[in-house]
Amino acid sequence: MDRIRKFFSTFLLFELLKGMAVTGRYLFKPKITVHFPEEKTPQSPRFRGLHALRRYPNGEERCIACKLCEAVCPAMAITIDSEQRADGTRRTTRYDIDLSKCIFCGFCEESCPVDSIVETRILEYHGEKRGDLIYTKEMLLAIGDRYEEQIAKDREADARYR
Amino acid sequence: MENIQQYFVEIFGAEWGAMLFSLASNMTFIFAIVIPLLLGVAYLTFAERKIIAYMQIRVGPNRVTFFGIPWLRGWGQPIADAVKAIMKEIVIPTGANKLLFVLAPVLTIMPALAAWAVIPFSPELVLADINAGLLYILAMTSMGIYGIIIAGWASNSKYAFLGAMRSAAQVVSYELAMGFALVCVLMMSQSLNLGDIVNGQQGSSFLNWYLIPLFPMFLVYLISGVAETNRAPFDVAEGESEIVAGFHVDYSGMAFTVFFLAEYSNMILVATLTSIMFLGGWLPPVDMAPFTLIPGIVWLLLKIAFILFFFLWFRATFPRYRYDQIMRLGWKIFIPITLVWIVLLGSIMQLPESIRNTFPLNIWF
Repeated sequence: MDRIRKFFSTFLLFELLKGMAVTGRYLFKPKITVHFPEEKTPQSPRFRGLHALRRYPNGEERCIACKLCEAVCPAMAITIDSEQRADGTRRTTRYDIDLSKCIFCGFCEESCPVDSIVETRILEYHGEKRGDLIYTKEMLLAIGDRYEEQIAKDREADARYR
Repeated sequence: MENIQQYFVEIFGAEWGAMLFSLASNMTFIFAIVIPLLLGVAYLTFAERKIIAYMQIRVGPNRVTFFGIPWLRGWGQPIADAVKAIMKEIVIPTGANKLLFVLAPVLTIMPALAAWAVIPFSPELVLADINAGLLYILAMTSMGIYGIIIAGWASNSKYAFLGAMRSAAQVVSYELAMGFALVCVLMMSQSLNLGDIVNGQQGSSFLNWYLIPLFPMFLVYLISGVAETNRAPFDVAEGESEIVAGFHVDYSGMAFTVFFLAEYSNMILVATLTSIMFLGGWLPPVDMAPFTLIPGIVWLLLKIAFILFFFLWFRATFPRYRYDQIMRLGWKIFIPITLVWIVLLGSIMQLPESIRNTFPLNIWF
């Protein structure tokens, strides 16, 4: 009996029709796609995107060239040179992040004692020729200046968990 | 039409004029078939992407548009794809047989387009009204496999070769089932002419179509058609997860696109043949006023679109068959079924009229 039932269900393509009914139903379901440039998915304050170097409110750059980020970077994407500035403080002369090496792990941000190197929410950036993705100190400071408000707000929101 | 012929005769003389006129009119007809066909292929790819996307709760291509018109978003996609493919370089691999490598796409698309010569779009609209139309179709659809085998061999790559071998074996086995299914059709219609086959289905409604008495054959033909065109779930010839892309792995740019054109125009061809053989071609579903007012070609196109939707639906639903299962389905299931049906149909046809009339459901005659 079982064999007969199996025979008929195979020959009447029953399973296949059931499968097609499923896909046929899905054809009319509302679509869940997020239309990216127009709509965006929500981001966490901990989002790890493009890097930035921050400044203190008085305009002094935070980075003290401790090179912890350079040491912790698992992809070795950070290169730092430093020397003493005229006023006797330790400052970087060079702070390069090779974003084509960076894996956006966030270790640099975590290791920074003065909250200088941070990762922002920016994810839509690109390079058009070789070397475009090596971000220098000036570029990173510029990003920091431009998005300071957002960066500060995100640090604030996350402060109690750090 | 006669005026134009007169004009040709006046210019080129009686002998040359008539000849050139028939050449010119045939060329016009060929272009009138091939250009809409290629446009249809382009938009079939779009329809496929859209429908499969919708079945997977996505939206599919929705960016490229014409002249920035917002409600045409997505409709420019096939054109953009074609332009991209034309721009790309055709790389010929080292170690490939150059002549055969270039010849293979041509050999694939040529029969796919040539088979359209005998398709009747309406009672009058047929390029070559030959008596052995069905035979010509079978011959042409089998020719396409040469392109695939040659492509696989000329690429000088194992994946391409494997794809070609798989495809060859598959097409050969399903050709048999397909041919037997068509034998049933031609037993019913008693003709190999496609126009006569459609006329044989003329009646008061769709109950006269061969779909009803030959329903199992319809299924066999449709499934064999899917296998014949190497479409999912029988796309082991491409098998992107096993042998990267099968026979056309080494093709790029326009050469690759030509394979795609051939595959999709074969799909449209099989859909057209299914609607001609089983769904009554240009005949309306009910022979009554509102339906008969619509021209026959519209009905044919609607039926083709319906079958093509099934092709896409299959692809969205079923996982790829394992290779031995494909062979089993072809040789151990389809061919026995079709053979039994041929014998059954033949014996019913041979019964005397008096016995046949006592059948409760006399659908065979």
